[in-house]
Amino acid sequence: MRFLFVIFFAFVLLGCTDKQSETKTDAVVGEVAMKENLHKTEGDYSNKKIVSMNFEELEKNYFQNKNDSIYIINFWATWCKPCVKELPAFEKIASDYLDKKVKVLLVSLDFIDKMDSQVVPFLKKNDIQSEVVLLDDADANSWIPKVSPQWTGAIPATIIYKKDNRKFYEQSFTFEELETELKTFFIKINL
Amino acid sequence: MKTMNLLIISAIAVLVFTAVGCKNNTDVSQEFAVNEIVEENTVEANAIAEAGYKIGDEATDFKLKDVNGRMVSLSDYKDAKGFIVIFTCNTCPFAVASEERIVALNNEFKSKGFPVIAINPNNPEIQEDDSFELMQQKAKEAGFTFPYLFDESQTIYAKYGATKTPHVYLLQKEDGKNIVKYIGAIDDNVRNAAEVKDRFLANAINELLEGKEVTVKETKAIGCSVKQ
Repeated sequence: MRFLFVIFFAFVLLGCTDKQSETKTDAVVGEVAMKENLHKTEGDYSNKKIVSMNFEELEKNYFQNKNDSIYIINFWATWCKPCVKELPAFEKIASDYLDKKVKVLLVSLDFIDKMDSQVVPFLKKNDIQSEVVLLDDADANSWIPKVSPQWTGAIPATIIYKKDNRKFYEQSFTFEELETELKTFFIKINL
Repeated sequence: MKTMNLLIISAIAVLVFTAVGCKNNTDVSQEFAVNEIVEENTVEANAIAEAGYKIGDEATDFKLKDVNGRMVSLSDYKDAKGFIVIFTCNTCPFAVASEERIVALNNEFKSKGFPVIAINPNNPEIQEDDSFELMQQKAKEAGFTFPYLFDESQTIYAKYGATKTPHVYLLQKEDGKNIVKYIGAIDDNVRNAAEVKDRFLANAINELLEGKEVTVKETKAIGCSVKQ
């Protein structure tokens, strides 16, 4: 019984300290490093790079993964207040679930000419750790339905998927709401 | 047994301590990007999205304040064949990118019976750049030749089901009713007017003017979510 408590303490303590150190170390940056072979236009920020791509590339590289990871893909923009407000929730999920095969991708819908003047400074200023790509594809009418037929086109919008299990959300998330949704994907695995 | 109690008490103490510690941590990280507190009721937003108009529905008339202070209703336009109702706002980059095109649409189609009626659905308490005063400034600067109305009670956009700006509803008068004929985007390239290939809205109006059925009835575009 005492042994269990000790283990429990250690776990709780570790859980917390890990979180603190993760947000500070460069190791995390390495884990979510950008796919550099995809770039057309890229802006440097810190030691990371942000790539831009059209929807076809985005879909091919990020929407069809069949591995064991759970992917959380959030559509946002620097000028979108509710998007900016919910970014910390996605950042926290990414760091809390780093070793549980959960990957967060932030898809910026900022215009490409704002890459250097707005997007990169924003990511730098707020020390965004998640992977970021800029979707540079003007013909939204053709790709919005491919993300989800339910999507009206308003942002923020989010997809969570694991293999063929996929859910779409046209809404803002708090950390708790996002974690609750994420957990439904873990339950599916255990069944 | 005493040891057990002690252990349980310390367990609780440690738990509380860690929970507080971790929470503080989160608070710090959450401060970073938040310039403004935005209250949102996402459940309500979803309900509204589902409750909006579909093609063929009768759209409601309204009485909303224009930037010049006059109240405007669809029923004021006795000779109109229909309306281009566009929910838009002052600062959303997609709305700004569409301004010139909206002016051009009014110039092209008002004389043909389809005037533009622009409506700002945003709550200025949430999005301060969308205040009535700044709407007046915007209408002047952007040279709006059409009414730019303020949905102050935020009831009209909700009835229409607009979720974002810009969001277009094309209405046609049929037996005194305003029937929804097209919902969606102005065209297929909001970022660059020069690269537009498909003028969805203009095509739809032209089809109505020719007495045809609209071919492309609904399109999607990215927009800024309506600030409730």
